[in-house]
Amino acid sequence: MISSTLLKFITCGSVDDGKSTLIGRMLYDAKLIFKEQEEALVIDSKQGSAGNEIDYALLLDGLMAEREQGITIDVAYRYFNTEIRSFIVADTPGHEEYTRNMAVGASFCDLAIILIDVTKGILRQTKRHTRICNLMGIRNFVFAVNKMDLINYDQLIFGNIKNEIYKLMEGFSYQSLFIIPVAASKGDNVTRLSINMSWYEGIPLLQYLEEVNIVISAMEQPFLMTVQRVSRPDHTFRGFQGQVIQGKISLKDNVYIFPSGEEATIKQILLMDQEVINMDTKQAVTLVLDREVDCSRGCVITKNEIQSIARLFRANLLWMDDEELIVGRNYLLKVGTKMVPATIIKIHYCVDVNSGKHILQEQAKKNDLINCDISLSEKVVLDKFEKMPELGRFILINRITNMTSACGVIEHILNRSDNLTWQNLDVTKETRSMLKNQVPKTIWFTGLSGSGKSTIANALEKMLALLGKHTMLLDGDNIRIGLNNNLGFSEVDRVENIRRIAEVSKLLNDAGIIVLVAAISPFARDRESAKKIIGKDFIEIYVETSLEECERRDTKGLYKKAREGKIINFTGISSPYEIPSNPDFIANTQNDSIEEIVSNILKFLNY
Amino acid sequence: MSHLDRLEAEAIYILREVVAECEKPVMLYSIGKDSSCLLHLALKAFYPEKPPFPLLHIDTTWKFKEMIEFRDHVVEQSGVEMLVYTNEEGIKNNINPFDYGSIYTDIMKTEALKKALDKYKFSVAFGGARRDEEASRAKERIFSFRNSTHTWDPKNQRPELWNLYNTQINKGESIRVFPISNWTEKDVWQYIKQENIEIVPLYFAKERPVVWRDGNLIMFDDDRMQLRPGEEVKMRTVRFRTLGCYPLTGATLSSADTLDSVIKETLSTSSSERVTRIIDHEARGSMERRKKEGYF
Repeated sequence: MISSTLLKFITCGSVDDGKSTLIGRMLYDAKLIFKEQEEALVIDSKQGSAGNEIDYALLLDGLMAEREQGITIDVAYRYFNTEIRSFIVADTPGHEEYTRNMAVGASFCDLAIILIDVTKGILRQTKRHTRICNLMGIRNFVFAVNKMDLINYDQLIFGNIKNEIYKLMEGFSYQSLFIIPVAASKGDNVTRLSINMSWYEGIPLLQYLEEVNIVISAMEQPFLMTVQRVSRPDHTFRGFQGQVIQGKISLKDNVYIFPSGEEATIKQILLMDQEVINMDTKQAVTLVLDREVDCSRGCVITKNEIQSIARLFRANLLWMDDEELIVGRNYLLKVGTKMVPATIIKIHYCVDVNSGKHILQEQAKKNDLINCDISLSEKVVLDKFEKMPELGRFILINRITNMTSACGVIEHILNRSDNLTWQNLDVTKETRSMLKNQVPKTIWFTGLSGSGKSTIANALEKMLALLGKHTMLLDGDNIRIGLNNNLGFSEVDRVENIRRIAEVSKLLNDAGIIVLVAAISPFARDRESAKKIIGKDFIEIYVETSLEECERRDTKGLYKKAREGKIINFTGISSPYEIPSNPDFIANTQNDSIEEIVSNILKFLNY
Repeated sequence: MSHLDRLEAEAIYILREVVAECEKPVMLYSIGKDSSCLLHLALKAFYPEKPPFPLLHIDTTWKFKEMIEFRDHVVEQSGVEMLVYTNEEGIKNNINPFDYGSIYTDIMKTEALKKALDKYKFSVAFGGARRDEEASRAKERIFSFRNSTHTWDPKNQRPELWNLYNTQINKGESIRVFPISNWTEKDVWQYIKQENIEIVPLYFAKERPVVWRDGNLIMFDDDRMQLRPGEEVKMRTVRFRTLGCYPLTGATLSSADTLDSVIKETLSTSSSERVTRIIDHEARGSMERRKKEGYF
């Protein structure tokens, strides 16, 4: 069986620097494309009408929108192998708009080929891509200075750009760097040395890719595995499944489980479906321990006695979301196999893509590279990216839209003594709601006395509590006992009653709480003014129970007293009830059960 | 660690991530060699457990007879749960591959798949698609999101960084997950050999009844196939590079009747495997259109 080493590389650089063309040309010249692909290429190139020359980029741009617009939108993966090596190439878009797709490609690769159009030199986007490759952990760089044919293969111009590249790379740590002049569309220096550049003393690009060594021969590291899942097919078996990140493991070895720090001994090792006595590759294993320990998804099993665990760290990240980063907002953070709520508590600076300088700013928008402090809701096993990449890289997920908002790497772990401060953090309604992971609303039930407002509100609050929501029920009767005990039932007092309830609801909404109000609130203009006070979070639910039915139920005996004239200004009898003309939701207690009404309201509210 | 070991570890990692994080996964099973690999990986990934999800086969009723026999044999041997779904509405309207062109694939495969996923309310479906198969697939993420109508938005894919998969699903969304995205056809064959994985005998050359039709060698698998004037059924030694519905799958003349000879032939060929799939030739971008509409 052929067992060659694998090189995963990315091509990046600004728009029209010829990324797709370079790879297309490489595949074509190395005879690595299929016959029908070659035929399609010739036909498609003619349609493109660029002087009937073969457009090698068409081999890579696979989406219809890309072909139509002649641009690359998303990263394309291509697979090829020569006699020496297997390759996976991630061909990425050059437009700034699609930077995050470029980052996706970079996170997958070990080496980056950065293209530079020799007629344009190093552009802003060239620098952005170099920085992102560095951020994502790429340490092997090739700069292909392209379109040499357009400057008559001038050695001097190439030399100047080469010096600029060295200057650019001064700011980064790298393992290898190779700079080569090419003309991708003509094939110069791609798979063969160019006769047009006899002054060039190096090897062609493909040969370099075949030979470059990307493996860092590091010292043997102690065994470490992140737990993906616990397998328990029956009570006799409890195995921890995961992928080995580093090191060797054998039966009877002592291991530690983090974050708990408990100790155990290896009782059984399964390399997928084979029982083994030891193993030392990065493959999928299932480990059985000799005793019950606190170990689940997100935990780490290791031979390290000491393992860094933290809930605060400083990180570099790429913001990828159309929504701006909000300091203080709660996100989900995934590191290794652990998912945990996280908050960005301080932005230190944003990196100027062009100069690399630090710009002090407090917010971040799409495609910004920032340095910030992140706080987690609990202690998690993690480490510096430079020390252990698998435990030092993370993504942030927006908890409402589920978008992958950012990717980042841990610069260093922070201790309490690192003098942390919440930077100018305004704790706003949004911050408070985010911490509760809910959207605050005031759900206002209106209807006749005895129509079922309190019953429905009570049942709804119970369901919301079950869903983990933070709520408060304001019942008209109860409010009158406390806050509003100085108010009677005159029209003036009724207006004031509703105004106070609305103001309290608004305060609670600002605290991030979902409020349920059960109040007769008979007058349309009062409900209207409540809506004005509360704003867009106001939801009016009309509990539609007929007067006859309410009077028939008369649970509190109030209707009887009102008929007898013992209560004055009683809604429905001696005072009007104005039916809502356009409520957000109508609950009919005569047709539907309380359970049905509550479940429909929940559906309506999207909770 | 060899190239194949790395690919295997990656696939198993993905399978386990989905099972650990997602609610209701299913594995699409097409009976082909890629599905055989995927099932093999699932059996390894969760051992000693059985894969904690069922398999789903969309049966168009036009698969090769040998494929269905093989499917039933696999169920018996592996003990996995196999759901079989057919779009009965299509059967009622006699939607068949001979009289209907691309509509047949739309109804009996795309529609059927969407209906089956909705019926069982699966939120995640594993598939055996690979990026080296076709240009639009080369652009697809390993975790590929579909909206409530199962459509794919290639211009707005969720970023996928390192091996940190974001499996959070919005209401109505579902995910297609492709654990062997980074495998090539060659990798699949070499893995089949290394792991001694059983595959449908149609992949190996044998004398079979075939008809030349529109430049393709179509196997006369049953008498639902009507011969056109001038056509005749001949016994020829052929094999298949890919498998699907028999009227839409071209055979290749070959004498490769062992795994080694099949691999040797695959590695030296100058055309890609999908060349024998008739639906892929319709028009450039047809696969992308199908995917957008919910085809796997």
